[in-house]
Amino acid sequence: MILKGTAHKYGKNVDTDVIIPGRYCNLIDPVELGKHALEDLDANFVKKAKAGDLIVADTNFGCGSSREVAAVALKGAGVSGVVAKSFARIFYRNCINTGLPIFECPEGVDGINDGDAITVDADNGVITNETTGKSFKATQFPKFMQDLIAKGGLLRYAEQRLAEKKAAKEGAMHDRAAT
Amino acid sequence: MARPMTLTEKILAAHSGKADVAPGDIISIDLDLVMANELSAAVAITEFRKIKGATKVWDPDKIALVPSHFTPNKDIATATLSTMMRDFAKEQHITHYFEVGRGGIEHVVLPENGFVGPGMTIIGGDSHTTTYGGLGAFATGVGSTDIAAAFATGEMWVRVPPSIKIILEGGLRKYVQGKDLILTTIGRIGVDGAIYGAMEFAGSAIKDLPISGRFTMANMSIEAGAKNGIFPVDAIAEAYCAAVGKKDYTVYHADKDAEYQSVVTIDCSKIEPQVALPWLPENTKNASDLNEITIHQAVIGTCTNGRIEDMRQAAEILKGRKVHPDVRAIVIPGSQKVYKQCVTEGLAEIFIDAGCVVSTPTCGPCVGGHMGVLSEGERCISTTNRNFKGRMGHVKSEVYLTGPYVAAASAVAGHIANPEQLGAPVAV
Repeated sequence: MILKGTAHKYGKNVDTDVIIPGRYCNLIDPVELGKHALEDLDANFVKKAKAGDLIVADTNFGCGSSREVAAVALKGAGVSGVVAKSFARIFYRNCINTGLPIFECPEGVDGINDGDAITVDADNGVITNETTGKSFKATQFPKFMQDLIAKGGLLRYAEQRLAEKKAAKEGAMHDRAAT
Repeated sequence: MARPMTLTEKILAAHSGKADVAPGDIISIDLDLVMANELSAAVAITEFRKIKGATKVWDPDKIALVPSHFTPNKDIATATLSTMMRDFAKEQHITHYFEVGRGGIEHVVLPENGFVGPGMTIIGGDSHTTTYGGLGAFATGVGSTDIAAAFATGEMWVRVPPSIKIILEGGLRKYVQGKDLILTTIGRIGVDGAIYGAMEFAGSAIKDLPISGRFTMANMSIEAGAKNGIFPVDAIAEAYCAAVGKKDYTVYHADKDAEYQSVVTIDCSKIEPQVALPWLPENTKNASDLNEITIHQAVIGTCTNGRIEDMRQAAEILKGRKVHPDVRAIVIPGSQKVYKQCVTEGLAEIFIDAGCVVSTPTCGPCVGGHMGVLSEGERCISTTNRNFKGRMGHVKSEVYLTGPYVAAASAVAGHIANPEQLGAPVAV
């Protein structure tokens, strides 16, 4: 998967309250949520962002609330991915679970300015700043998470676990019947 | 032989069927309790329906559903989400569904009903699920899809966090409580100081700290980026369990030679009541140095400080005093039980006589939902846990975080104040 768009650069500790304010957390529709993405951080973001654009931010992106709609709102606004120096842990899980590509890449963040044209080879974690011509390598996801993403996400993984548990239970019953 | 482990590692190993675990391991843990509120549950239920083979939840006795955030429903959109959760609870025969009027704020309700105990694994569709670490449980917040998968399977994948030991030493000054200790800690290590990690609290300053104060501290461990915050289990924790009827729990202790990513030691004997200024919980200062900051609103309550001990602290200050003419003081007991206790102990009367609103339990103002949303330029002193931009309303409003003593004192003074800076109350 190749992601291509303009970088919108922000600082440290971009919290989920500014990604999608609490007052919109009773919305579910991604498009409606997307209309308010980053509203309290950058009121112009939704106006200037085009489909495919990427967020580039410093450390601890997505800190705060567990609201999954934060990841959904960014997707709803057309954001194709987020590059940050580090992510807050619940937001990190939520991105994997909702399919918003994220990339941990401190050097990349320092090497990208607001408005630069960015291309990301998501499968290989290679971030290229087309404006400067420089490329950066993102931290690899642990193998378990790579497999989880490859399988189609957490819900498919849950299905697999349910099937394994069922099989184990039936196996145990079969064993008992045999003895 | 198993490797020496921290308290968090011990619980995670025991719930993953392993002799030991180490930071960075990705393991699947069995869950003892899964919680969601009306906002996180609605999305979780939608996702649960997409899991093939999952027609029933894994265990209806181990799921707790608590309307709490925008309830009593503030608008039609919220009412729709609440109805989704209520219908799901009925359909799945969820044992622990707490209807409005019979529950309150999730993190106050679950412990006081004996659902939380030492050594448990608990996840919740709310970042402040970390609260339950106050009682020695591994508890962490997750998003709705994780909740959906847990509804179906009763398990969750976890990357074992590195543990950070927070040693709090010394006796505490008057008016210094759990909130002041955790704000001091976050001020010291920063809002990403414990990112992906487990904060394990220790030291003489927490030895006599009541469970309510430990809940406050564990609650805000997420504000340092932690996966969980956890307290050792002692006689105070066991007495709490006995009082709320929690039985059948396992007490784990960290091994003496366990490895910690870092150790932070803080001398607490000199700490004064703290306030965190906008826009991050790490911007801490002494309340006594902030007298020039006038306030328009004070909020006392929430999952951080909405327990009876917090209400008593606020009442101690407000008794015989009046809320400043330019301030709205909103007191929100965290649960119906706390609310009733406020009435029977005479605290509700003190609050009303002082000129406070006494609200039904709700997260309302903390999330900028309802019951105290701020307009442009307004400042609120609050016992809540976040002071991010726009958290309580308009993007140009401000939230100052503190404990109940300072919030109540500031409501009286009309500006941020340490209780010691107030004049004597009038005779009553």
